[in-house]
Amino acid sequence: MAENSSEMHSPGPIISRREALQATAGAVALAALPLQSAAATSSPAGVSSVMAVSMTVNGRAHTLTVDPRQSILDVLRETLDLPGTKKGCNQGACGACTILVDGKRIVSCLTLASMHDGAEIQTIEGLEKDGELHPLQAAFVEHEGLQCGFCTSGQIMSGLGCIAEGHARSPDEIQFWMSGNICRCGAYPGIVAAVADAAERS
Amino acid sequence: MSMNVIGKPLTRVDGRTKVTGKARYPADFNQPGQLYAALVSATVGLGRVTGIEGVEVERMPGVVALITHRNAPKLPYLPHKGIIDPAVGERLHVLQDDSVRFYGQPVAIVVADTIDHAERAAAALRIAYDAHRPIVDHADEEVARIVPGTGKADRSRGDADAAVAEAAIKVDENYDIARENHNPMEPHATVAAWNGDRLTLWSKSQFLVNEQAEIAAVFGLPIENVEVICPFIGGAFGTSLRTWPHVTLAAIAARQVQRPVKLVLTRKQMFFTTGHRPRSLQRVALGATPDGKLTGVIHEGTGETSRYEQFTEALTAVTEYLYSCPNLRTQYRLAQLDTATPNHMRGPGEASGIFALESAMDELSYKLGIDPIELRRRNEPQIDEAENKPFSSRSLIQCYELGAERFGWARRTPEPRSMRDGRLLIGMGTATATYPAFHAPSSARVRLLADGTAEVEAAASDMGPGTYTSMTQVAAEFLGLQPEQVRFGLGTTDYPPTPSHGGSWTMASVGSAIRAACLEVQSQATRQAIADAGSPVFEASMEVLEWVDGGLRRRGDASPGLSYQDILAKAGNPIEADGSAQRDPEIAEKYSMHSFGAVFAEVSVDPDVGTIRVRRLAGAYGIGRVVNPLLASSQCTGGMIGGIGMALMERTVLDVRDGRPVNAHMADYLVPVNLDTPKLEALFVDEVDPHVNPVGVKGLGEIALVGTAPAIANAVFHATGKRVRTLPIKIEDVLTA
Amino acid sequence: MFPFTLEKAGSTEAAIAAAATGARYIAGGTTLVDLMRDEVERPERLVDINRLPLGGIRLEGEDLVIGALARMAEVAADSDVQRLQPLIAESLIEGASPQLRNMASMGGNMLQRVRCPYFRMLDVGCNKRTPGSGCAAIDGLNAGHAILGTSDHCVATHPSDVAVALVALDAAMRVQGPQGERSFPVEELFRLPGDTPHLEHTLLPGELIVEIRVPGGPYALRARYLKVRDRASYEFALVSAAAALAIEDGVIREARIAAGGVGTRPWRLRACEAALAGRKPDRQAFEEAAQLATEGVRPLHHNAFKVALLPRTIVRALQMAGEVA
Repeated sequence: MAENSSEMHSPGPIISRREALQATAGAVALAALPLQSAAATSSPAGVSSVMAVSMTVNGRAHTLTVDPRQSILDVLRETLDLPGTKKGCNQGACGACTILVDGKRIVSCLTLASMHDGAEIQTIEGLEKDGELHPLQAAFVEHEGLQCGFCTSGQIMSGLGCIAEGHARSPDEIQFWMSGNICRCGAYPGIVAAVADAAERS
Repeated sequence: MSMNVIGKPLTRVDGRTKVTGKARYPADFNQPGQLYAALVSATVGLGRVTGIEGVEVERMPGVVALITHRNAPKLPYLPHKGIIDPAVGERLHVLQDDSVRFYGQPVAIVVADTIDHAERAAAALRIAYDAHRPIVDHADEEVARIVPGTGKADRSRGDADAAVAEAAIKVDENYDIARENHNPMEPHATVAAWNGDRLTLWSKSQFLVNEQAEIAAVFGLPIENVEVICPFIGGAFGTSLRTWPHVTLAAIAARQVQRPVKLVLTRKQMFFTTGHRPRSLQRVALGATPDGKLTGVIHEGTGETSRYEQFTEALTAVTEYLYSCPNLRTQYRLAQLDTATPNHMRGPGEASGIFALESAMDELSYKLGIDPIELRRRNEPQIDEAENKPFSSRSLIQCYELGAERFGWARRTPEPRSMRDGRLLIGMGTATATYPAFHAPSSARVRLLADGTAEVEAAASDMGPGTYTSMTQVAAEFLGLQPEQVRFGLGTTDYPPTPSHGGSWTMASVGSAIRAACLEVQSQATRQAIADAGSPVFEASMEVLEWVDGGLRRRGDASPGLSYQDILAKAGNPIEADGSAQRDPEIAEKYSMHSFGAVFAEVSVDPDVGTIRVRRLAGAYGIGRVVNPLLASSQCTGGMIGGIGMALMERTVLDVRDGRPVNAHMADYLVPVNLDTPKLEALFVDEVDPHVNPVGVKGLGEIALVGTAPAIANAVFHATGKRVRTLPIKIEDVLTA
Repeated sequence: MFPFTLEKAGSTEAAIAAAATGARYIAGGTTLVDLMRDEVERPERLVDINRLPLGGIRLEGEDLVIGALARMAEVAADSDVQRLQPLIAESLIEGASPQLRNMASMGGNMLQRVRCPYFRMLDVGCNKRTPGSGCAAIDGLNAGHAILGTSDHCVATHPSDVAVALVALDAAMRVQGPQGERSFPVEELFRLPGDTPHLEHTLLPGELIVEIRVPGGPYALRARYLKVRDRASYEFALVSAAAALAIEDGVIREARIAAGGVGTRPWRLRACEAALAGRKPDRQAFEEAAQLATEGVRPLHHNAFKVALLPRTIVRALQMAGEVA
C-alpha cells in the first residue's frame, strides 16, 4: 500500500514444482484434468491429490478424475461440455451458476466437485424432455423473463428450487426468494411472472 | 407496404435457445486442445515493473507459458481508430513496456492446462515495482483539468451568467455522481485460436467489425485474416463497445503456445481495464422569472479520463436543447487521472448530465411553487434553440401527460414530507429523459431461398434488447413474410458490417439496412419474374406490379400473386442482395432528432432507519415506432431498474492511496436484486417520425435509464425534504431528515 | 487456489483426529472455498465433515438444539424454530441468498470470516490475515467497518446475522475436541481483535462445533430481527438489531438485545436491556435505552453514520418486537 519501491508484492511463499508439463491436446473425455498434469499434481506434503468422483448429471452417470480444487461449475463447463451453467462472479455473489444438487439449489462456483462424490446434479441442459420445454422454461420465454440470457440458466434452476421449497405462493414471496439471482438487464418482473405462472401450473 | 409484423409483441425468436442453455456466449466455445490463461494485474497504481520472478512460476504444474513485457512479442500496433475510440490519445499497448499506468493493468499472462493451474500460477508470480502515488481523486487539487481536444467543449447563447445573476429566482448547486462499472453478468471472455496467420476470436464484443479491424491493426494482419464470433452477449451496457487489452493478450498467448487459449476475466478484473462510467462533478445554475420562465441556464461539468486517452461523453449536451432559454452556457472539462480510460455506460453522459439538470429543475419548481410538470410545460421550446432547427418530432409534454395520468401524479401533495403510508414517508418525483436519435451507416444481406423463406445476415449484436427478434420482424415486414419464414443471423464478422451495438442506434441503423436489402432482393425477384416466359407477369413493366403480403401481382389484381417460392422455383437458385443505409445528410441538416420521455418515481423512506425503497416507477416515452412492444417494454423496465442502481446503489470506490477499486466484488458493488424491483410501467406515446430513418424508430436502450435517477432523487426530496445532490443516495444522506 | 488434499471423515472422532494433525474442517464451504480461491485461506488438508451425524434440529424440554451441520435454510424452515424461536428464523432468511443458505452450515456460519475488503487483498496489510502487516482499513475506506470492539490492529465487523440472534438469546454451543467435550455461551466463541486479530474465536486446536442450544425464554416469541442495508436482500448489514421482549401486564420484564454490523463480534447490549426492565414498552423507553448502545464507540473516517444509525435501528427493532401479537 505504501510507496515501497522494489517491494515484492507477493501473496507468500511460492511452492516450487517439478518441470512444466506439456498437456495433451483435447482433454480426455471424462477426465477433468489432462492426464500428465494430474499425475504431477501433489500436495505440499507430496501426497497425490487427484481424486476420483462419480456423479450423475442430468440422469447420466459420470466417473471423473478431478483436482480437488475444481468447482462443479468448472467441471460442468470445461470437462462435461455443459456450458449452459454460467460463471458470473465465481464468488457466490450473483447466482448465475445455480444448479440443483440432490434437489436443492446451490451455487456451483463455491461447490467443490471433490466433495460431491455420488451427487445427483441437475443443470439447465437436463430440463427439456423429448423436445418439450419444462413449464418453467416455457414461462420464461412467454413472460419475458430474460434479456441477454446469461443469468437465465441460474434463474430457471433457482426458480425450480424456489417452487419446490414452497416459496412461490405470491409475487412478493417470489421476489424475496429469488433475490439470490442477479439480473443486470433487469428482467425481474418477467422472472417473477414466469416463476409464479409455473408454480401455479405445478 | 402494410405493417403486419412490425409492432407485434412477438416473444423472442431465440428464447428457446436461451432457456435451454444452448445459447453460446464466447466463453462457451471450448476448442480442441484448448489451454487456459489467467491475467496478472498490477498491484500498484502508477510506476514501473522492475522485477519479475518468473522461473519458478514457469515450472509450476500445468504451466505452459508465462508472458510478460520482457518476452511478449513487440506488436506493430498500427494506427486504428474506431468510431468508439476516443478521438484524442492512443490505446494502452499491452505488455509492450514496463510502465504501469493504473492499478490493475495487466502485467503478465499465464497459460496452463487447467483453470486452477493457471490461476494458481498467476497468483504466485512475484513482481517488483517502482511505485508512485497515483492521482485518482477527481476532486484532488492537483488534478489537471483540461479542455477536451475534441472541440465543442463550451457552448453559449446570450449572456447566461448575467441572466442568472439578475434572475428573480435562482438555483445554483453542485452535483457529484460516483464512478460506476457496467458489471454485466457475463465477464469479458475471449477464446483465441490461430491457424497459421489467421486468427479466430470468440470474443465478447458489441462491435465485431471494430474488434476485427483493431486486432488486425495490433498484429499487423490483413483485416480478412481475423474473424470475430459472438452470437450472444451476456449483457454489456457499453463495456464491450471497445476492444480492451485482454483480447490482444488472449491472441498473444494463443500464438505463443500454438494452441487455442481461453481467457475469462475475473469479476475483480472487470473493474480494472474494461471501462467505467466516469465520476462527474457538475454545477447547474438556473435563473427564472417568478412565473417560471427560464431566463438563464449554466451547466458546467467535469468528467474523468486517463492520462493516455481523452474519453469524452455528452455530459452537458442535453441542457442545450431540452428547455427554452435565451441565455445559456455549457462547459465541459476533463480531469486526467491515473486510471484506465473510462467508456460509455448505458445512457452515458446524458444520464449523468440530466441528473444535475433535472434535480435543479425540481429544486426550482419548489422555489417557484409551481408543479414540476407545469414548470417543464412553461419552458417547452418550439425548436431546438441550440441548433436553431425544428425537432423531427418531440413528444415531451405528451409523455408527461400520459405518465402523470397513469402514475396518478394528481394524488401527490406538493409539500415535502406531506405524504405517508403508515410510518413511512412517501415521495413522488418526476424528471425528463432524453437521448439523441442516432443513425449510423450499416449494411445487411438478405437471401431468398427456393422454399420461399429468407435468410438475413448482419455483423450485428444482441446484448439483450432482442436484436434477433426485432430484426426478424423488420425483415418479415419488408419482405411480406411471416416471422417464422425469416432466419436472422448476427454475431460474426463474416456478415456485412454494422455499427457498434450501442448508443440506441441498432434498430435505426441495422434495421434500415435490412429494409434496404429486403427491397433490393424483392426487386431482383420482380425482375426474375418478369424475365420468366412462363410467369403471369412476363415482360410486365415494374410500374404495374406491386408486392402485397409476399405476393407479386399486377396492381388492382386481387389474387395472392406470385410468391417467392413461385418465382424461385424455376431457377432453383437463391437470390441474394446486400443493402446499406445511412441518414440522409439533408434531413440531418434540417432536423434536430431526439427521443424524449418523462419518468415518475414513488419512493418510501423509513424515517427511523433511513432505508430508501422505490415503490413505483413509470416511464412514458416518445421514441417513434415501437417495433416490438413486448421487447420495448422490458427494455424500458430493465433500464429503469438500472436507474435504481444508479440512484441508490452503484459506486466504484477507489482507495486514493494506490487507486485500487476497494469494492471490486459482486457482493460489494451493489446492483438491484429482485426484491428491489418496484411496480414498473413503460408507456409509449403514439409518435410518427417520418424523418429519423426509414423504419421510423428513435432508439430505446439509453433513454430507458436516463431520467430514472433524477426522478428518484426528486422523490426522495419530496419524501424527506432533504435534497441529495450526490449519487448514489445513501441511507446516511437521509438519516438526519 | 493452493492445492490441498481432501479427506472425508467417517466419524466425528476421525474428523477430530484429522484436525488435530492440521486438517481444516470444511462443511458448506461458502466462506472457505471463496477465500481459498482468493488465496486468503491456504489449507493444505481439508477434512470434509458433511457426512458426520451432526445435523438435525430437536427439542429438549424448553431448549431448541440445532446440529452444527444443519443448513441455514433447513433451520429457517423448521417448524419448531419458526414456532419457538422466530428470531432465529428471521435472522437466517435475512442473510445471504437462498442458494447459500442451502449450502452453509450453522457451525460454519458462526465461524465465517470478515467481509473487510482489505482482508481479501493479498497486496495490502491486514493483521488478521498476516499478523503484524498493519491494517489498511483504518486509514482506508471503512464505511462498512465496526464502531465497537475495535482496536488499533483491526476494525472489521463480524458478518453473521444469525449469530446476533443467538447471542441475544443466550444460546450456548457444544464443541468436541481432542480433549473431549465442552459447552459455553455462543457469545464467548468470538474474540475481540485486540492485538491478535488473527485469532477470531476461542476454539482450541481441533475442536469442532457439534451443536447450538437455544434456551426458551419468556421473550423468545416477541422477538424481531431488523437488518438495515442499501438493497433489500443479498447484502451484509450496515447495522442490524435483534430485539426480544418479555412483556407482562404492559411492563417489560426482560429484554434481550444484540446488534450486528457495528461490532468486531456480535454485540450484546446488556446496558440497553437493563434500562428497559420495568419500563412500559413505549418509544420513549426504547429511545432512552438505545442511547446506551453507543457507549464506547470509536467511529472511523467513513462509518460515523453507524453511530447515529445504531440506536435508531435498535429502537425500530424494539418497536417491531413490541408489535408482535
